[in-house]
Amino acid sequence: METMKVQDITPNDLPWKIRYDAHRCTLCGSCVAACSFRAIEAKVERRRLVFSESEFPEPKARFSAVPVIRQVKSIKNYCRGCGICEKICPNDAIGPVRNPDSRHPIITRCLGGESIKRGGRKNLESTVRTLDKIRVGRISQMTDPSLDAQRHAFDMLAPFGRILPPQKLPMGIGPDGLLQITGTTPPVNWIYPVIIGDMSIGALSWRMWEAVAMAVAYLNEECGLPVRMCSGEGGVPVRLLKSRYLKYMILQIASGHFGWNRIAKAMPHMIEDPAGVLIKIGQGAKPGDGGLLMAQKVAEHIQAIRGVPKTDLLSPPNHQGLYSIEESVQKMFLSFNAAFKFRVPVAIKVAASATSVSVFNNLVRDPYNIVGGFFLDGVDGGTGAAHEVSLDHTGHPIVSKLRDCYLAATAQGRQGQIPLWAAGGLGKTGDLAADAFKMICLGANGVFSGKLILQMAGCVGNDQGRCNACNTGLCPVGITTQEPPLVRRLDPEKVAQNIVNYFLAMDTELKKLMAPIGNSSLPVGRADALVATDHAVADKLQIQYVC
Amino acid sequence: MCRIGAIKSLNYVHPSMALQLMQSQQKGHDNSGFAMVMHDLGGVFENYKHLPTLSMAATDEGVRLAEDILHQAGFQRVMQWVPETDDRPGLDINAMPNYVFETFDYPKSYRNAEQKVKEDLLLDMRLQLRNALEPNEEGFAYSFWPDVITLKEIGNPRDIGTYFRLWEPDTKLTAKVITTQCRQNTNYDIVRYAAHPFHLQGYTALANGENTFYLKNVEFQRKLHRGYIGFESDSQCFLYTLHYIHRELGWPLRYFKHVVTPLPFGDIEKRDDAQQLKAIRQSLGHLEINGPNTIIGVLPDNTLFTCCDAKKLRPIVVGRTEDTVVFSSEVCGINEVLPDRDWETDIYPHEREIVTIDDKLEVQRWKQ
Repeated sequence: METMKVQDITPNDLPWKIRYDAHRCTLCGSCVAACSFRAIEAKVERRRLVFSESEFPEPKARFSAVPVIRQVKSIKNYCRGCGICEKICPNDAIGPVRNPDSRHPIITRCLGGESIKRGGRKNLESTVRTLDKIRVGRISQMTDPSLDAQRHAFDMLAPFGRILPPQKLPMGIGPDGLLQITGTTPPVNWIYPVIIGDMSIGALSWRMWEAVAMAVAYLNEECGLPVRMCSGEGGVPVRLLKSRYLKYMILQIASGHFGWNRIAKAMPHMIEDPAGVLIKIGQGAKPGDGGLLMAQKVAEHIQAIRGVPKTDLLSPPNHQGLYSIEESVQKMFLSFNAAFKFRVPVAIKVAASATSVSVFNNLVRDPYNIVGGFFLDGVDGGTGAAHEVSLDHTGHPIVSKLRDCYLAATAQGRQGQIPLWAAGGLGKTGDLAADAFKMICLGANGVFSGKLILQMAGCVGNDQGRCNACNTGLCPVGITTQEPPLVRRLDPEKVAQNIVNYFLAMDTELKKLMAPIGNSSLPVGRADALVATDHAVADKLQIQYVC
Repeated sequence: MCRIGAIKSLNYVHPSMALQLMQSQQKGHDNSGFAMVMHDLGGVFENYKHLPTLSMAATDEGVRLAEDILHQAGFQRVMQWVPETDDRPGLDINAMPNYVFETFDYPKSYRNAEQKVKEDLLLDMRLQLRNALEPNEEGFAYSFWPDVITLKEIGNPRDIGTYFRLWEPDTKLTAKVITTQCRQNTNYDIVRYAAHPFHLQGYTALANGENTFYLKNVEFQRKLHRGYIGFESDSQCFLYTLHYIHRELGWPLRYFKHVVTPLPFGDIEKRDDAQQLKAIRQSLGHLEINGPNTIIGVLPDNTLFTCCDAKKLRPIVVGRTEDTVVFSSEVCGINEVLPDRDWETDIYPHEREIVTIDDKLEVQRWKQ
């Protein structure tokens, strides 16, 4: 007998095992064709059948070669549990099963000698989310009647742009006794309080990115919801830059400056200003690390938009040349404000951190009044690609950090001057309206969300390790891939429709939360509307504890 | 729930009229207190309009403390009026030992000072008094301002009226503007300061309602001005916003309405002054109010006004005769004090207007 090779990989070492029922399989081959990870293959098994044809046992054996579907035993082409095989199988003959005995984290490192990379969110099991320990508990009864979510008018907009303190407004009394503007004020756009988070063209397939842009245009032009979308770092198609739809886009610049060559060149041809500029310093899912776009995903059109060859595109962890907040304010903020002649608000996005309040304080005291928003991204945010160790073990929860920043502003009487936008796992349970509303009550002007948008499009990934293969360029549903056959799986119009419908539902749900607390405009900072069922949460957030 | 009322007249009127105005609305309030602020004083105060009067309820020790502080600062008492009280047993009143209405002359060094300097001094003195009296509840300094007096007490308004002999009209205690409310604050702890009207540097405000943006207002106002303190009632927020907009920023009254109940963004965009209104909405968003509210206010020039929340969830009626205008939560109050008026000229203000009454009793209805 051959010596058993214990180091060989078997399905039991991998995170998912394939359940296969040969009796139900018609060998149509659909599953093998559909598996973008090539984690299953058609094989021939040698079978031995023992039978007897007489009245008394006279065993005979017959051997046959049977075609079957088998799991590939490889750390390269391993099953991610996406379930596409199951989805496509007409006979329910195949599907992935989570393997609790997986040795994947160990063998991958042992065999590859490299850190594990993946997409998705933090996968470590955690306790009940903080936001789920909070309820909207101050319900209007008797003395201040609840409003009617269907009948009353609600004014749900949030500022993007630097807001001057009232005593600094350049206004004076004119000859008619009324206020007149006597100077200039920083640009402020009032937009829907949920921004579609920054996911780059490159990280997303062109169909996905286009679908989001389509949904945003539809929400604005047909539904009256001024939803804005952030481009992510990676540029914008020139056709869009030159179109009137640019006004719905927030252009992002990150440490790689990818795509800005084209944006700068398109500036003279722009017929609309973009909705804003977002300087990305950090990201909640991989704080202190730059973006990763693996070479597999740098398709031809990505090379064109970003002006790069086909290679791994690794944004540096920080903006080279910015050594301090003061410098960042002076250099980046001034230059981007100046680029659009001070007509377009410029905001900053940072990963939530133990130091966020210091950063925020520095910005809120900026003497030039050019910081138009503080986007704070928490640990539960998603990403297209990151080192797993960063995803799982670095970062800071968003809820208390957002609250800290708001209270820091309040202590200085500066609340609202730099709008606070929060993200990082909001809508993780599928209910973005509730999460957004609670964050707003805690002091956010609005929220932004990325991963949830992918889930609206059909992303099958989750936070228990399912799929999470955005980095591979093999997204089985065509969202985070540039492979044409995979991209074609995604119907952009259906995706746009899903996003639009979700936003319409969310809009109704936001009103359903505002009405019972009797507010017709956003309750920014109304922490008195919230109660917590957890003492520690209540203490930390300075809201009422209830039990 | 509160009931609020105000009287503005060409003639000096006695607080008995205010008591009558509120008495018929007693089913709508809980008879837990009575408070009034009088502007443009007649009677014993008529000749002292330019000098500040301290309105205070205090223990003997409190009176001594307050007078010491004022004397030390150089204020000299020129007049004192102590109401004759009727302390018959059985009255529902939680009375303090002393009620002091004392008029002072400014310290010598301030007599030729600019008006604003004097006004800041008066505020600082009142804050100092409040600070000194508060620890052991030795007293409550309600207002210290020229031509303004304040009376607040806990108990049944009818009995409070009896105690201060306010039911019997006389010529000693009169004013051309009286604002009043009949209720202690029952939402939170009973605190004498908590009953509206509230007064600050010539501005008075009172409200019927529930400001659901109270926390937002409070957190913002705390850092705006040293005089914005207490916050025993959400109605104080209205006073402080009024004071901030009209006095600190120096904006006309209409912008108070634009701040507390801003127009929807869609409506702002359609206007010629969209830029101003947007800037106001942006920078003063934390002073917006929500919830059902009706506000009555008095400006330093004794203009009386009222406005409501953006959904008009609380009532107010304006009734008038040739020489008197009355604001009241319920029309029955006006029927009581102005029975012979032409009720067809009553005004029921809507959610987007301010009704102002000037010294000639001209009524202006300004639409937002």
